[in-house]
Amino acid sequence: MKALAILLFLLAGLAPARAETLITSLSNHRVLINSNYTGTQIAVFGAIERDAQTVARATGYDVVVTVRGPRQFLTVREKERLGPVWINQEQQKFPSVPAYISVMTSRPIAEITSDQLRQRQRIGLTALVNSNDFTTGRDGADRPFRDALYRLKVQEGLYLEDERGVTFLTPDIFRAGIPLPATAPPGNYDVDVTLFADTVILARTTTDFELVKTGFEEQIGVVARDWSLFYGLATAAIAIFFGWLANVIFRRD
Amino acid sequence: MPVSVLLILGMGAAVGFISGLFGIGGGFLMTPLLIFLGIPPAVAVATQSAQIVASSTTSVLGALRRNALDHKLGAILVAGGFVGSALGVWFFAAARRAGQLDLVIVISYVTLFTIVGSLMLKESIREFWHRRKGGTVRLRRRAGEHAPYLGWPLRMRFYRSKLYVSVIPILALSLFIGFAGALLGIGGGFIVVPALLYIFRVPTTVVVGTSQFQIVCTTLVALILHAVTNQAVDLVLAILLIVGGVFGAQFGARMGRHLRAELFRFLLAILLLAVGLRFGLELVLQPEEPFSISVQEVRS
Repeated sequence: MKALAILLFLLAGLAPARAETLITSLSNHRVLINSNYTGTQIAVFGAIERDAQTVARATGYDVVVTVRGPRQFLTVREKERLGPVWINQEQQKFPSVPAYISVMTSRPIAEITSDQLRQRQRIGLTALVNSNDFTTGRDGADRPFRDALYRLKVQEGLYLEDERGVTFLTPDIFRAGIPLPATAPPGNYDVDVTLFADTVILARTTTDFELVKTGFEEQIGVVARDWSLFYGLATAAIAIFFGWLANVIFRRD
Repeated sequence: MPVSVLLILGMGAAVGFISGLFGIGGGFLMTPLLIFLGIPPAVAVATQSAQIVASSTTSVLGALRRNALDHKLGAILVAGGFVGSALGVWFFAAARRAGQLDLVIVISYVTLFTIVGSLMLKESIREFWHRRKGGTVRLRRRAGEHAPYLGWPLRMRFYRSKLYVSVIPILALSLFIGFAGALLGIGGGFIVVPALLYIFRVPTTVVVGTSQFQIVCTTLVALILHAVTNQAVDLVLAILLIVGGVFGAQFGARMGRHLRAELFRFLLAILLLAVGLRFGLELVLQPEEPFSISVQEVRS
């Protein structure tokens, strides 16, 4: 007990001396995109502040920027052979996963910190997809579904990892570009910036931005979702109108 | 949906041309094409119903002007069709929730198209054979020739179609068509027309108008129900399909007047079998990517 108290005291005493302060800023807190948009980028700037007591570090700093999009309830299904046909059989539910994840790092993530720390602190795409809150573990049966989600999302460009995504402008100032593909859904995006030195986390900040879709197609989407009866009737009316128009234009008698 | 606008317009025109050529709705071709193109089956089926509404409206208006429509028979067909449509949309939503919608659609297409296609092929080859031997094949209405179920209770007189039959088989037919239509994104003209012609012996003058009347009403209901229940109707896609289809159909209809009836039925049968086969392959071949993701809901 006593030993623990001493240890805690020592740690508490040590912590401020080691502290670097991380200051980050986004180029934009609200990204507006319209329907004929082909994707965009948002920039994160950061500065590492050191005070007089900060110890000198032998190795340089490393930065990991993690962006998580709005959450979705996903089901991943697997087609399996049943007699002569292939049908969806096994499935795994992912109750609340980000629709978009990007991890930008200043160096390959395996070089920045250890496996255990990555898994514990959810640093890196693999660690995120394999974390316990992604889906319920089923003694390994969830494994292929996690892999499939990872693979399909990467193919869609919605999950990505860039080991050169963060660039240091000076030893203390860095920037990262977060690519947002056209398929990125609207909603709130959390940006988590973690500062490392010598495989240890020194500081962490979080900020966020909102992705808003504007334009004709998005508005139609909103109407289709929230005013579905009206939307159905309007579509029907348009269809009938075109049918009538064709009848008038191409009348043969 | 990242699908080229011109491609959809072109496809709409091509399918419209074929549908005008054969005097059918074209839904049975367009929906599979959209699915093969990578549009989710749910969206393809629901959106295609808008195109069917448009093209059937055109033909119903034409039929009305030529007075080629049996209102009473149409009304009975519509009554059965409404129930069928509602059941179809409900089944569609249930299958979608269970994650088996794609399978249901594919299997239904394979079954329906193989059966109807083979029947048509058989019929057209037989007709072709008869003609070569010099005989003419005509539908004659003789007394006592009707199938027994036409004499079931609840008989009703349809003056325009010169019919006195039980409404039960008519309701059953329209129920089935409504169900299949809502589930598969087809109007069902290619089933209703032969059924009315061969089973009920409805005169050719009213058969197309009446079946189109039923199709426009039931598909209208299916469209609205799809929009409300499944939210799978894509307005932009629908308009592209309609515009492409309208023009294609007119040119097709002009060409169609020079096509011989049995050749026409033969070609249609081949087309149906080809689409059925294509779907069958999809089911049997090993998929490149066995896994798929579906979004249940968005949490924000």
